[in-house]
Amino acid sequence: MLPFAVYVLVFLGLPLYMVIHGAFTTDAGHFTLGNFKATFNSPAYKTAFKNSVILSVWTSLVGAVFGVWLAAAVVAARPGGMLRRVVSSASGVLAYFAGVPLAFAWVATLGAEGVVTVLLKDIGINLYAGSFTISSLLGVGLAYVYFQVPLMVILITPALEGLRPQWREAAEGLGATKLAYLRHVAIPVMAPSVIGATLILFGNAFSAYATALALVGSTLNIVPAQIDDAINGNVLVNADRLGLALGVEMIAVIVVVMVGYWLVQRRARRWLQ
Amino acid sequence: MSFGEVGIVAADETVAGPEPQPRPKMRGRGRPRIWRVAIFLLATVYFIGPLVAAFKYSLIQSNGSYGFGNYGQIAQNSAIRSALFTSLEIAVITAVVVVVLMLPTVVWVRLRAPKLTLVMEGVTLLPIVIPPVVLAAGLEELQIHAPEWVVKLLFNHPLTALAPFYVILALPFTYRALDNGVRAIDLHTLVDASRSLGASWRQTITQVILPNIQTAVLGAMFLTIALCLGEVVIASLLLYHTFPVELIQASLSGTAGISVALSIMTLAFTFALLFALSFLAGRRHRASSIKVI
Repeated sequence: MLPFAVYVLVFLGLPLYMVIHGAFTTDAGHFTLGNFKATFNSPAYKTAFKNSVILSVWTSLVGAVFGVWLAAAVVAARPGGMLRRVVSSASGVLAYFAGVPLAFAWVATLGAEGVVTVLLKDIGINLYAGSFTISSLLGVGLAYVYFQVPLMVILITPALEGLRPQWREAAEGLGATKLAYLRHVAIPVMAPSVIGATLILFGNAFSAYATALALVGSTLNIVPAQIDDAINGNVLVNADRLGLALGVEMIAVIVVVMVGYWLVQRRARRWLQ
Repeated sequence: MSFGEVGIVAADETVAGPEPQPRPKMRGRGRPRIWRVAIFLLATVYFIGPLVAAFKYSLIQSNGSYGFGNYGQIAQNSAIRSALFTSLEIAVITAVVVVVLMLPTVVWVRLRAPKLTLVMEGVTLLPIVIPPVVLAAGLEELQIHAPEWVVKLLFNHPLTALAPFYVILALPFTYRALDNGVRAIDLHTLVDASRSLGASWRQTITQVILPNIQTAVLGAMFLTIALCLGEVVIASLLLYHTFPVELIQASLSGTAGISVALSIMTLAFTFALLFALSFLAGRRHRASSIKVI
């Protein structure tokens, strides 16, 4: 226990302290809220937060809908079967580990020279005629969905498995139609889990940077890219402190999301345990 | 790293044994349901499509013809090769450190201080709450403000600069994997027996507990290795040339074909790792410990 505590304090606590300390001080080391004020007043940072939130909201909603759907289809298959193994391993790869490789698969598909882009051009559809590019908010979002759906599958499968067949039989025995079973039993029981998992998806997209970094570098205006720029770019005087303030703001957003998750999770445990 | 490691839970029904399971009545009763077929079709197009496209793309050689030229070039590209070795080195060392650090802690908490379980769960969730880009910013600050001996000790080599922090990133995965493994065995009896026969704590952990939860330990190590091979944000912000960073570099310098070829190989390798894990976890019923769903 002691080695663990010391380790976490040194290698997690210290960087975290540096972020918080730097965000709340001036270069001379005095306490200030000026860094936060500056980030709130900067139009570029405001846009970054807006973009990050938009990106996270739509990719987590799309991820949630298709993730639940896919998970439900997989749960209906035989436990321990091949389909389940493949889907669960593939979900793990795509959700947790595939940021950069996935971005390149995406470039190869929908990039300016991508296979699908070229195919579509051959039949007369020019994807790039409008404002779409792989490095736009929409292009990056499509790549995000690629890991959001598998993450939803991972998060929601245990809850779906906890949906007992007896409840269905009881409902049907009492004369419920399929729709009535869904409306009065399955959806109310599942709702907290689904909401909780969607919140996690939101946080996941909000803090993710690997895919965007590989697709567009730091030019897409989202919060992690702004932090990257502020720390490494040296575009502005005092920029790295602004980057640290942005970091604290990001943590604050995710803490709020996690509290929401914790609240709905308590509710979810009532039925599914 | 992402957020959802919370999703790693105990496998309680990974039975692969011969005894026939009473098959639950399927909703479809043998008839393929439209909603299932529809989502599988959609998923196939959306998930397999880009992979097929990427594979086709990787076969386009620099002179425009099709072939395995890009794959051949990987072996000759010394920057990528050395980056891959660096990353593998980091991955293996991180995986070992994680287990050495976490296994005794998990055992100790289960045995002596179960009340601390909640604290442990909270602490190991912290790396999820802190986005990697923010951790990287903190490290950057540390690099600037730390005394010189710390900088020399830590930040002069990617291994010492990254591995200690990848251990932190791996905590959410590994804590849950090991804790589930330890929960599945009769820890008290094993430890009492071993201790009363005169074994030291170290012997108890390495020779009694470790063999009993080897699937969980392997799982924790596999996940850590996959994490280290994929982590790009911290390495890139601190300007270390690890494998994924080099992947991005290669594509920027106009050899996108190589990057895509490597991406496919990485995806295949990670998938193989996790797929093998799913069999390991199913092989031993009693010690069945983790799965990634």
